[in-house]
Amino acid sequence: MSLRIVVTVKYVPDATGDRHFADDLTVDRDDVDGLLSELDEYAVEQALQIADEADDAEITVLTVGPEDAKDALRKALSMGADKAIHVEDDDLHGTDAIGTSLVLAKAIEKAGYDLVISGMASTDGTGGIVPALVAERLGVPQVTLLSEVSVEDGTVKGRRDGDAASEQLEASLPAVVSVTDQSGEARYPSFKGIMAAKKKPVQSWDLSDLDIEAEEVGLEGAYTVVDSATERPARTAGTIVKDEGEGGKQLAEFLAGQKFI
Amino acid sequence: MAEVLVYVDHVDGAVRKPTLELLTLARRIGEPVAVALGNGAADTAAALAEHGAVKVLTHDAAEYADYLVVPKVDALQAAYDAVSPAAVLVPSSAEGKEIAARLAVRIGSGIITDAVDLEAGDEGPVATQSVFAASFTTKSRVSKGTPVITVKPNSAAVEAAPAAGAVEALAVTFSDKATGTKVTGRTPRESTGRPELTEAAIVVSGGRGVNGAENFAIIEALADSLGAAVGASRAAVDAGWYPHTNQVGQTGKSVSPQLYIASGISGAIQHRAGMQTSKTIVAVNKDAEAPIFDLVDYGVVGDLFDVVPQLTEEIKARKG
Ligand SMILES: Cc1cc2nc3c(=O)[nH]c(=O)nc-3n(C[C@H](O)[C@H](O)[C@H](O)COP(=O)(O)OP(=O)(O)OC[C@H]3O[C@@H](n4cnc5c(N)ncnc54)[C@H](O)[C@@H]3O)c2cc1C
Ligand SMILES: Nc1ncnc2c1ncn2[C@@H]1O[C@H](COP(=O)(O)O)[C@@H](O)[C@H]1O
Repeated sequence: MSLRIVVTVKYVPDATGDRHFADDLTVDRDDVDGLLSELDEYAVEQALQIADEADDAEITVLTVGPEDAKDALRKALSMGADKAIHVEDDDLHGTDAIGTSLVLAKAIEKAGYDLVISGMASTDGTGGIVPALVAERLGVPQVTLLSEVSVEDGTVKGRRDGDAASEQLEASLPAVVSVTDQSGEARYPSFKGIMAAKKKPVQSWDLSDLDIEAEEVGLEGAYTVVDSATERPARTAGTIVKDEGEGGKQLAEFLAGQKFI
Repeated sequence: MAEVLVYVDHVDGAVRKPTLELLTLARRIGEPVAVALGNGAADTAAALAEHGAVKVLTHDAAEYADYLVVPKVDALQAAYDAVSPAAVLVPSSAEGKEIAARLAVRIGSGIITDAVDLEAGDEGPVATQSVFAASFTTKSRVSKGTPVITVKPNSAAVEAAPAAGAVEALAVTFSDKATGTKVTGRTPRESTGRPELTEAAIVVSGGRGVNGAENFAIIEALADSLGAAVGASRAAVDAGWYPHTNQVGQTGKSVSPQLYIASGISGAIQHRAGMQTSKTIVAVNKDAEAPIFDLVDYGVVGDLFDVVPQLTEEIKARKG
């Protein structure tokens, strides 16, 4: 039987652009250029490698996000994923991690899956919790933050490099995996891949397709409220000296003045 | 007074500093009740009591080491059910965030991750977060259920505040999901004898400009002269010059020390994301246009191979 892989990908504001908040204190996704979260490219890459090793596999990329999030799906399809699902609904605006995980879990169940692969964190929210939340909701093993992953005979194995130790993990499918940026460089879409992606199917689902009520998600349904967002004042300009042979000593003098020495 | 559950991060009974910081923050909201799990759990009690824990709930079982995350969620949930706390605080490690998140879904609560400060508010605890590579500061609250909040290291000063710290055994029944992900092997990280990167008061980092693994000795020598931790940019890590565990930035560690010294690091947004909240920032870079200089309190435009060894010598001389 074919291995059904669902890769969750997020469309995020470009980190090198001028990211900010909208008036309702949600992340502004309209006035900034967006893209497929770079950390989710690693998830797509690992899915492609796992699919290569399997006899028969199908990769579905799934995003929950606004209209423009289609760009993220296209990028993943041009890297080589087979098909895409876009969950899009006006009522989703302002959904937090708890709500996002609900939508993702329902969509993953509806799509059918053996393996879910996520990125280690989104580059905008940087929570790094959605994969664990999705695993909790689906009731399947979480095998997260892997810098190495492989699938064989219905078992997923991987290496998780933690603070105190590096751990070898193992779980039976179905399971939720997340991969780090140490898992291996993501490929660039080829010209052929980009052309092929245009013909690949992208399904659109809304909340009613997933039997989710509007009140369960969005700003209204959120489990958290942001009361304020303040731009951090620019750091006051520091002293910059050119090394004329005494740079190290000058720096020591500064550190001594600050009581670090 | 309301009780606040504090999840204890410890290594075989030695409580890690972020947990003690968490106790300081917990006391602003209520009375801290600590939850310590795994090998050495009961040995944490003295340190926790000294920093304000009124109670220490402990439990040890092989499951905590043999399976990933879920056994700890089961135990934290058992503690939650036993205490009915006003909030649950967890240190913001990768694992801590996953435990907290799964607990939040189970108890129907919201979660805030990576808080850098916490204060009591009329409508529950208010968490400060630093977002978009620390270019914005937000204040948020959990609006449904019992607030579950993870807090980054170095977010508060450790304060002694002796309390009873009575040890109580926690009764835990593991769910059938607890054994889903098996830990089949574990290689402990070798200790370098230097302070923990996320906990250190001073961090000395090197980037691509260090130009080779062997040259990191220059960075380490400076770090050792200051009793500092060593960090590295992703460029230096990807080149294989320094271990990934020392990477500072978006996909590495996020640090907030009193002093951050960057040498041969340009200051890309993803690097800044992990160090921008440092109190004092110092950089050595031969390119006067490097973006890192926008952040510094003191910068030296120069070759790190000249400046850094001179700095190290001068520090040693001054310290005598
Ligand atoms: C999704 C994603 C996540 C990322 N996560 C991280 C992360 O966690 N951490 C991170 O650091 N980066 C991260 N990056 C990479 C980041 O974008 C930069 O590429 C990286 O930080 C650059 O490292 P660097 O400053 O050491 O190298 P460079 O940008 O190449 O800068 C080297 C600097 O050294 C200076 N230099 C060279 N020789 C000398 C000398 N002899 N003396 C003094 N100065 C010298 C140069 O002038 C230059 O400014 C991430 C990128 C992406 C896309
Ligand atoms: N809106 C979304 N749509 C699809 N996947 C998502 C979404 N949000 C988060 N994810 C997935 O969850 C991972 C971790 O996200 P986070 O917990 O937000 O840091 C990401 O790398 C994605 O794989």
